[in-house]
Amino acid sequence: MIWVDDNDQSCSMRLHLSLVVLIEEQRHGAGNSPKIMLHLAPPRPSAISVQVSSASHLKFSFRKGGMVEFSRRLTDQIARKRWQNFGGPQNSAGQSGFRIGIAGIERKLQTEQKGVNQQISHAFEDLNSLMKAAKDTVALSKILVTKVKNRQGEITDDETTQLKSYLLSLGVDDPVTREASRSDNIYFQKLAKEISANLTIPLKESGGLMTLTDVYCRVNRARGLELVSPEDVLRACRLMKAMRLPTELKIFESGVIALELRDFSETVVIKKTQEALEVSPLTADMLAKTLGVSVILAKEMLLLAEKQGVACRDESIEGLKFYPNRFLST
Amino acid sequence: MRKAGIGAIDKKRLMEARLKDHGEEIAAEQLKQLSTSLETFRVKLQEFAMKHKNEIRKDPEFRRQFQEMCASIGVDPLASSKGFWSDMLGIGDFYYELGVQIVEICMANNHKNGGIMPLEELFHRLVKSKGSTASQGLATDDVLRAIEKLKILGNGFSIIQLDRGRILIQSVPGELSLDQNQVIKAAQQNASITLLELKVKLGWQEDRSRKILNDMVAGGLAWIDTQTGASNSDILYWFPSLFNANINTL
Repeated sequence: MIWVDDNDQSCSMRLHLSLVVLIEEQRHGAGNSPKIMLHLAPPRPSAISVQVSSASHLKFSFRKGGMVEFSRRLTDQIARKRWQNFGGPQNSAGQSGFRIGIAGIERKLQTEQKGVNQQISHAFEDLNSLMKAAKDTVALSKILVTKVKNRQGEITDDETTQLKSYLLSLGVDDPVTREASRSDNIYFQKLAKEISANLTIPLKESGGLMTLTDVYCRVNRARGLELVSPEDVLRACRLMKAMRLPTELKIFESGVIALELRDFSETVVIKKTQEALEVSPLTADMLAKTLGVSVILAKEMLLLAEKQGVACRDESIEGLKFYPNRFLST
Repeated sequence: MRKAGIGAIDKKRLMEARLKDHGEEIAAEQLKQLSTSLETFRVKLQEFAMKHKNEIRKDPEFRRQFQEMCASIGVDPLASSKGFWSDMLGIGDFYYELGVQIVEICMANNHKNGGIMPLEELFHRLVKSKGSTASQGLATDDVLRAIEKLKILGNGFSIIQLDRGRILIQSVPGELSLDQNQVIKAAQQNASITLLELKVKLGWQEDRSRKILNDMVAGGLAWIDTQTGASNSDILYWFPSLFNANINTL
């Protein structure tokens, strides 16, 4: 383990991991950040002239988190004992057996640690058996999926629907489930209605368009608990058009996906962009500020205006800027 | 030997119909089997959830293991918020909320770094916004998984791998070109680069380098610094997304 001074890169400290006798985690108490304590064996004399600390233990304090991950990596490295392959200093402390006093305390700590480890390995065991059960179920479901794909009239529509809902709750990633845009799924219809109802007003305020990423954030912020996944948001939004909700999905040529108001048409977008351009030439950033939309969408609006011959681009090192198209307006 | 005549055709038809019936029977049987298998699995998952829900929330290693096992059997526990996994383990909420926070942090910093941020910086900002207790069990692995999920919302998020395990997160649409990627890799050490350095490191002609660098300046990914020298090849191009100082001044 090596420490390097942020300001002076030539100043560093190191700890040979073979000297670590025991790692002890101290969970955080009231007002205390969690700590890891390393109990160290006495250092051996070194051939190189460096300053050696004789401290018998070392504490790491994790004020901003990350302790669990750090501890895992450290334990992992120490367990591997890679230094033995390099003929580095050998750990003599382990062989000398336990003494009374501090060593006795260390032993006690070690048994405690063992207990914790056992608990965790139990959890992993349970996880293993759970996954075995899942595996069988998934395998069976996949056989059925191939049947549906081949579609030799063996499976009725009802059964397909049933299968799809099984796959969905199991989380099997398959084209069959992904294209399940059949409006028979009540859950997504409800979600679509909820999104539409919650976002109609914010959409009006932000000029009628909003990226789906924004939609995802707003929906989940509004929910607080029982959040919805990105996939679910996308799927629900796909249903909106068929359900004739006031909002629907729009996919731009660039691959940007947005939610738009139904009575919000391209001509309105172009007209708005044109009006803004008449005031001053604009970059996507500037248009975003003027209209209160996101920068990504502002860029799409400008490109759309350009395509319709309303705007002209000026591409320079200062970025992409658009001017009103004077060529066509005279 | 096949016989000729109407009788033979009738016989064949009958046979086909029987086969079809049989096939339907098998499919129905299998579907039934699946539903019972699913039910036992659900019970098992419920037991598991009761015992280990906390571990999965608190221990990043356990979470990683869980995700890897799911991937190995072809299951995505985060796909739908309505699935068993999310329902019972509450694992969805953890990642979806992380996703929301990632989006908010990236959006708030887009104007500074052109939409590209090192993973460590994102991680530090996440920890800061979550507060120390809530982020105790957070690992960078979790952040990457949450970002993977965000990708489908319209090519907004991507992960850029640099040398030595460094990772950049891009939060604006539009992928970096191969050349741009190479420039960022070459600039990794100092967070900046000159035309001359590009020539030495990548063997590029000045025209090519200038075109790429100017594109990046126009896109807000790079900043120009002309104070270092008079000649063109001395102009420094800085990449704010590579500033380590960003992390230290948090």
